[in-house]
Amino acid sequence: MTTQPLLSVKNLKVHFYTLRGIVHALERVAFELNRQETLGLAGETGCGKSVTARAILRLIDPPGRIISGSIIFEGRDILTIDEAEVRDIRGSQISMIMQEPKMSLNPVIRVGDQVAETLLIHDRSLNRRSARRQAVDMLAQLGIPDPTRMAQRYPHELSGGMSQRIMIAMMLVTRPKLLIADEPTSALDVTIQAQILALMQTLVSEIQTSVLMITHDLGVMAETCERVAVMYAGDMVEVGSVHNVLKHPQHPYTQGLLQTVPDKANPDQPLFSIEGNVPSLLEPQTNCRFAPRCAHVMDRCKREIPPVYNLNGDHQAACFLHDGSPEAQAV
Amino acid sequence: MLQYILRRLFTLIITLVGIMVVTFFISLVVPLDPLASIAGPQAPQETVERLRTLYGFDQPIYVQFGRYMQRLLHADLGTSFQTGRPVLDDIIQYFPATIELATMALIVSIIIGIPLGILSAVYRNSAVDHFSRVLSLIGVSMPVFWLGLVLLLIFYFKLGWFPEPGRLDIMLIEPERITGMLLVDSVIALDFEVFWDALKHIVLPAAVLGLYGLAGIARIVRSSMLDVLSQEYIKTARIKGLNEFLVLTRHALRNALVPAVTVIGLTYGGLLEGSVLTETIFSWPGLGRYLATAFLTLDLNAVVGGTMLVALMFSLVNLVVDLIYAFLNPQITLTAS
Amino acid sequence: MNVTHAIDKNEARRRRWEARRRYLKDSYILWRRNRLMVVGTCIIVFLLLVAAFAPLLATHDSYEQILPDRLLAPSTKHYFGTDGLGRDIYSRVVYGSRVTLTIACLVAAISTPLGLVIGVFAGYVGGAIDEILMRLSDVFLAFPKLILAIAFAAALGPGVENAIVAISVANWPSYARLARAETLGVRNNDYIQVIRSMGASNLRIMVGHITPMCLSSIIVRLSLDMGTIILTAAGLGFLGLGAQPPTPEWGLMVSDGRQFLVDQWWVSTLPGIAILIVVMGFNLMGDGIRDILDPHQRQS
Repeated sequence: MTTQPLLSVKNLKVHFYTLRGIVHALERVAFELNRQETLGLAGETGCGKSVTARAILRLIDPPGRIISGSIIFEGRDILTIDEAEVRDIRGSQISMIMQEPKMSLNPVIRVGDQVAETLLIHDRSLNRRSARRQAVDMLAQLGIPDPTRMAQRYPHELSGGMSQRIMIAMMLVTRPKLLIADEPTSALDVTIQAQILALMQTLVSEIQTSVLMITHDLGVMAETCERVAVMYAGDMVEVGSVHNVLKHPQHPYTQGLLQTVPDKANPDQPLFSIEGNVPSLLEPQTNCRFAPRCAHVMDRCKREIPPVYNLNGDHQAACFLHDGSPEAQAV
Repeated sequence: MLQYILRRLFTLIITLVGIMVVTFFISLVVPLDPLASIAGPQAPQETVERLRTLYGFDQPIYVQFGRYMQRLLHADLGTSFQTGRPVLDDIIQYFPATIELATMALIVSIIIGIPLGILSAVYRNSAVDHFSRVLSLIGVSMPVFWLGLVLLLIFYFKLGWFPEPGRLDIMLIEPERITGMLLVDSVIALDFEVFWDALKHIVLPAAVLGLYGLAGIARIVRSSMLDVLSQEYIKTARIKGLNEFLVLTRHALRNALVPAVTVIGLTYGGLLEGSVLTETIFSWPGLGRYLATAFLTLDLNAVVGGTMLVALMFSLVNLVVDLIYAFLNPQITLTAS
Repeated sequence: MNVTHAIDKNEARRRRWEARRRYLKDSYILWRRNRLMVVGTCIIVFLLLVAAFAPLLATHDSYEQILPDRLLAPSTKHYFGTDGLGRDIYSRVVYGSRVTLTIACLVAAISTPLGLVIGVFAGYVGGAIDEILMRLSDVFLAFPKLILAIAFAAALGPGVENAIVAISVANWPSYARLARAETLGVRNNDYIQVIRSMGASNLRIMVGHITPMCLSSIIVRLSLDMGTIILTAAGLGFLGLGAQPPTPEWGLMVSDGRQFLVDQWWVSTLPGIAILIVVMGFNLMGDGIRDILDPHQRQS
């Protein structure tokens, strides 16, 4: 990993200005994504995974605002370049697949035209006919039977799985360098989840795209990702290779999260749950956000923000338990 | 699609029958004896009785209803007590003036209302938005008859910018009646003096009705645009890298205008009813004024015929709107069957 | 990741109370933030106060005709001038607030319960009864509201009471439609099934469980309709089909002043401004109520 990463997010801070006050949705999100790598972003609902994804495209809707941090993509900071440049990157270099495929397609435009549109926007020299042809080719590549007919359909005529394939086609037809997949399968039937994931993986490796895979399904993560980043309440708690994080978690939250996965080998075991609730994000972060629920909580956890400790190799965790341990060093 | 149209036509027929029943009911509940007003207060009892038999008021209700329906099926709306002419002839004479006025007002409302609503939603909470919201607020809150009077007072009596109430200067001769709409007929006759004068006459009443119409249209376009802009597929369009202009024109506009079509239809109905008040003030010889007079003098056949025609128009407009809606919205063809 | 633990009754009550308090607090913040709605509320409160204290605010008898004082321009003695019969227009406008409020409230009190009952019944029972009731409402909806109201007002004979009946007749179908739609949405919900399986009668389900679910949307619709109701009443008055002379009804007063429009503008225009302001107040409040009850608004 000596080459420069494709995407490097540092100290990303996003606030939402709501009726009840400022919601500190992201406090210090940081991770790196290497070329042709799949990075999983894990955490429970509401921890800021989707906000992170949208921030990378600089598409945080009001009342949200990116407060600080940097998002370096291919040597450019997405947060400081001008709007036209970001627009140029969106769809051509960074794409995103969303959770609700059925809601994400425009109901009054034929799906083929929606796929072709991505191409047309980014390549002015392309004419409508050849863009349509490329769109149909893309549908064929996704294993859609009779792609020419399918391109003529309207979104409401499609099933959820088919809509998600169209989304994938729409977002990968330009061969972007980075694909953000925000819970791409959680709105789909269990039976087609695996199918869609497999399709996505094949396509991604074919066009050599890096993926930021957002999911709360640790099984999906173990299967598709090389590295994993774990978030808790807008804070990045642990980053590392999928093997390290899932087998030897170093942050108490990750440990708890892993224990909540039902053990297939031992089905009679009662389901585990982490005691307590996610803290309110209305207060700025002043301590470890997980402290109130942590089994290993210490006094300083409630007073200070734990720094990110570099553990062996590529493994990082933001927890005071690693303070002073021989291999750990604060970043 | 054809099935959908047929189904809509069928419900329209049921509605029409219902409209006839309701109008008949209206004519029944009249507590005053309309015969007294036709025959005059001094008429001898036997004249009244003869009239009663003549108009069939001595028959039982169901017989009256049967006759009434029979007459309607033959497009016979009876004779107006006031004008002494068949109601149908009266309507044919007065209706085009109303259509002309209402259409003019609708054009004004659409041309101003839709862009205003869109700008208002896109630049939410900006000066444009505030202006448009205040204008539509005033538009929906303004009593049309009052606005008509105020405009007449200012622009006719005080400033003299626009001509007196009415459709045409009395010194001018109406062109040959083809559509009954002066603006159209004068163009056909190539009589531009009449056209110009008729245009000046229509400005004030059309402005009054148009303000009312554009208020409704701007409001609905704004809210449906805001709704569409918060949809996921708009986010998709942005992710694809479209600029805001393309996001609006290609992805938001068509979806936002689908509900607007319905409202435009309703607005047309609203303009038809607003014409009753507006025409009264501007001495506009249209169906609205005819109806208002008929209501006041309890000219029953005219009331029934006029009301029915307005309801028929209203239903037809709604039918057309539904068809346009179905055409614009690809989802409807599936969900309707 | 949090499991639902059994919560004791007091805790549940406390949480429910807190949620309600927070809802009210949010509503208040939304109300405060919506400046237009604050204006609307003030107008309505002002209207209520004027109607309540009309005898104190009026400077003259609203019916007394002093012919030598006819058509006087606005002055410190007659704030809005006098009309063609020498009546004080200011006092008549003040008393007119009572007429307007009476009409608006009675129409609301007649048409909403009627529409609610018909709509909930049609939606809950379904089948042929639903079909008949809805076709009936279709027929009424086929008429533009004002035309229907005018037709009924003309048929019933002029007068405030008949105007109220006529406007109510024109208004109920839209509430019935709305209530039916809400009922259809709620009817097959699991909790209704649970209540039914516990042995509740149909009447009890309709009255106790479905009607309350329809109320909030009916209230929103009604508050948006209030302005139109007042405009319709004034229109009827203007045409001579509503309130009759010498009632101090605003629409009628505008109509009375038409003959003096050119030289005595105040006779016609001032009562019209009263209508405009009050209708604006109701519309502002209606918009505001809709926004406050809209869950989307609460997020930002």
